[in-house]
Amino acid sequence: MSLDKLLVTGDPLILFSQIAIGLTMVGLVALITYLKRWKWLWNEWFTTVDHKKIGIMYIISGVLMFFRGGVDGLLMKAQTSRPDMEFLDAQHYDEIFTTHGVIMILFMAMPMLIGIMNVVVPLQIGARDVAFPKLNALSFWLFFAGAMLFNLSFVVGGSPDAGWTSYFPLAGKEFTPGVGNNYYAIALQIAGIGTLATGINFVVTITKMRAPGLKWMRLPIFTWSTFVTSIIIVAAFPILTVALAYMSLDRLFGTHFFTVAAGGDPMLWLNLFWLWGHPEVYIVVLPAFGMFSEIIATFARKNLFGYKSMVFAVVGIAFLSMLVWVHHFYTMGNSAAVNSIFSLTTMMIAIPTGVKIFNWLFTLRKGRIEFTNPMLWSLAFIPCFTIGGVTGVMLAMAAADYQYHNTMFLVAHFHYVLIPGVVFAVFAAVYYWWPKMFGFKLNEKIGKWHFWLFVIGFNFTFMPMFFVGLDGMSRRMYTYSESTGWGAWLGFSAIGSLVMAAGFAAFCYNIYWSFRYAERNVGNDPWNARTLEWATASPAPHYNFAKVPEVDSLDDFWYKKKAGKLGLKKSDIKPIHMPSNSWTPIFISVAFGIVGFFLVFEWFTLAIISSVLIIIGLIANTFDYDDGYHIPAEEVEEEEREWRGELE
Amino acid sequence: MKAMKKLTYIFTLLLIPVLLAGCDSKLIVFDPKGPVARNLSDLIVYSIIFMAIIVLIVFVLFGFIIWKYRARKDDGDFEPEEEEGNHLLEVIWFVIPIAIVIALMIPTAKTIYEVEDIPQGYEEEEPIVIHVTSADWKWIFSYPEQGIETVNYLNIPADHPVQFKMTSAGTMQSFWVPELGGQKYTMANMQTNLFLVADQEGSFYGRNTSFNGRGYAHMDFEVQAMSNDDFNEWVQDVKNTANDLTEDEYSELLKPTVIGRKTYNGTHLEWIDHAHGGSEQYIDSDLYEIHHGEEDSSGEQEQAEDTEQETNDNAEQESEQSTDSSTHEDHSHH
Repeated sequence: MSLDKLLVTGDPLILFSQIAIGLTMVGLVALITYLKRWKWLWNEWFTTVDHKKIGIMYIISGVLMFFRGGVDGLLMKAQTSRPDMEFLDAQHYDEIFTTHGVIMILFMAMPMLIGIMNVVVPLQIGARDVAFPKLNALSFWLFFAGAMLFNLSFVVGGSPDAGWTSYFPLAGKEFTPGVGNNYYAIALQIAGIGTLATGINFVVTITKMRAPGLKWMRLPIFTWSTFVTSIIIVAAFPILTVALAYMSLDRLFGTHFFTVAAGGDPMLWLNLFWLWGHPEVYIVVLPAFGMFSEIIATFARKNLFGYKSMVFAVVGIAFLSMLVWVHHFYTMGNSAAVNSIFSLTTMMIAIPTGVKIFNWLFTLRKGRIEFTNPMLWSLAFIPCFTIGGVTGVMLAMAAADYQYHNTMFLVAHFHYVLIPGVVFAVFAAVYYWWPKMFGFKLNEKIGKWHFWLFVIGFNFTFMPMFFVGLDGMSRRMYTYSESTGWGAWLGFSAIGSLVMAAGFAAFCYNIYWSFRYAERNVGNDPWNARTLEWATASPAPHYNFAKVPEVDSLDDFWYKKKAGKLGLKKSDIKPIHMPSNSWTPIFISVAFGIVGFFLVFEWFTLAIISSVLIIIGLIANTFDYDDGYHIPAEEVEEEEREWRGELE
Repeated sequence: MKAMKKLTYIFTLLLIPVLLAGCDSKLIVFDPKGPVARNLSDLIVYSIIFMAIIVLIVFVLFGFIIWKYRARKDDGDFEPEEEEGNHLLEVIWFVIPIAIVIALMIPTAKTIYEVEDIPQGYEEEEPIVIHVTSADWKWIFSYPEQGIETVNYLNIPADHPVQFKMTSAGTMQSFWVPELGGQKYTMANMQTNLFLVADQEGSFYGRNTSFNGRGYAHMDFEVQAMSNDDFNEWVQDVKNTANDLTEDEYSELLKPTVIGRKTYNGTHLEWIDHAHGGSEQYIDSDLYEIHHGEEDSSGEQEQAEDTEQETNDNAEQESEQSTDSSTHEDHSHH
């Protein structure tokens, strides 16, 4: 393959990005070398198995991917801001909405949430780490390898262009012969394996590693939602694995699972995709529900209203999420009976979700509501998500959906669900748990700018889309004529997206500002919170808890705090057993990335040769007999003294 | 608190377009021109009433609660009381949504069944059958009873049921004429069915809503509902003046292009029905190769305009009598 075919050429926008990416890479390498930070990076981050550091790396990747996906969104908004706009051509627009969707769901929402789960859950259950720390590192690096491979498509070979849903037959080799959709099949597969491992890891962690006395019905609600999410991951991701494997076989080896010819069935893809894809929506939304519950209870200064019904609601939503996938293709010509049944199961999701909304409202009632940054995001979520929810019920009604399906109304709906349900939650969680990660708070004032710009921009961006949808505009159209009358709506929407982008910029500035100037030493419990993660220092020490806490009730930390029973006896400090760092997860993942790259370009000999690297990594891992080390009691004692003062 | 006032203000502001939309009946989904679409828009309006009530309740409760229970400087040491929950309240907001779901489900199911059949009031009439074949990136309409075929426009008799037998020559598309009824997918090797009636004469906007590649945005068509006499006259006219559809011409037609309108004598159903396989012989993946940065989309446009010229020349007969709008691209549904 010649070089000009390998690199995407000819488009000034892409050329500019290629240069920018090249320069950034060179700059980063130069900077790290200049600061002599390579060894530090390798020892402290690349080989770490510490759940908190892995969580932070997930979050950083998520923020970067949010930037990339956001720029995609802005480009789309620019192109549709006026009728007959000639900013992007059809092909470029198609690639951009495809990568926007994939990146936002799989490479932004997932790592953000998994990152926060990683940081918080072991702390919330009083554990030293997750059950399988090395597997956790492998999860992260596989995700990262997948994400990087996917992003490479933008400049090398061409991006996928069949939509994030990648429907066959369009995504088949006959209709999209380039390498773009190979990237989709391979990169998602690599990242997906990582996610599946995360799911397994958290199921085991939460089942087996809870602190003594932390019974199921005493679990913080965020841990509950993480647990349920992990179960859905374990149930749903294998379906994606199989679907992507078929897709790869079709595209790389000429099989006919999903093709039009030779008895293939494109509709099989739709079923498999949504059998994973619908639960996936709940995989990203349920942890968010948990985060909001924690934050709302903290800043209302009350316990969560109806804890038990909240738990049952999460479990109910998870169960129903598996039974609704057909609502993504009511218009496929299913029988009326099938469409009726799936309408019913879909609408039933509104019942537990409604229970949650009212429980949140009644948690707030008679509380003492403090409008901190995490709380503002959690509050804004309620009305915005309600709009997403009720339009979801409208879409669930199959007959009505014949008029909404694939229109901008649908696009508006799922942005009203996913942005309040995921992005607001992630912002809320980042503000809330930031001190636990870094030992200082993000600035409240800049945070307010971030909040108002983003929330106002969000509503102005997506509200008009409901109306153009009802006016007959289908999704994914790169252009439209003036006579449609959609120009005004979409122009308004484009301005909204700029406001949202300004909000995101304020967020980035806030991180920068706070790293430089924010007040340190905020204490272990800066928000006066209720759950166990606040019982230890901020930032949390490497070993999490000097002594594994014992739990007597729901919100145990809150009651012990009030009773003044949080002291640590010197005699309780023992040497702590911790897992050692490992080079194999990053090594195996890089190898996966290399093999994946060769597979994308169908260079099979190179792929086979480089897959030896994966095997080497696995063998090295198998013969790794290192079973950790002990932190001496004196070291723990010293670290605890630093923030507690004198020990008892 | 200032933040609260801002919040209330913004949500009121957001409701303005919603209220305006209520008065503006021109949104295409709320402007039905046939019994099927009317049935659907009635259902949609019915559901919107429920949803509006729910949104109102949540917003009012939300606004009231966060206003009333906000932290104040003079709160002192006030600490809210812990609340376990309240069984009665929780049962209430469990049961009410169930009632709403039931209230929505019954008319939904009824409508789902209704739109699968010939619309009420038209059961006695024998529907005219039109085969829809979607291709990249055009719509092909075959009238087997009349022995004619059109591309990118569809003439139907008004006030008469039409049965669409739909399939695709390759990628999946979705056939949608929002003023007449809901959409349905078109898929190769399969046939989907749709009944529509236009109960008045007029021109309606139709398009593909399922993304299928570069030409997707241009994949729309015009539906012209006309009186029975006009329809018959048009058919006769086509039979007298239009060229025969040959197999070569048809293969050419199935190449991935954006083209204007075309009219033919005869239908392709004589040699292939894509609902029963055989599409692969028309698919040439070389034609789908992409070349970044080359002016491919504008090239397409030019080609489209050229063909349109041609089509307009050879199909002058249509403009003569019924079709007042000339191309599908400047068609507006407003």
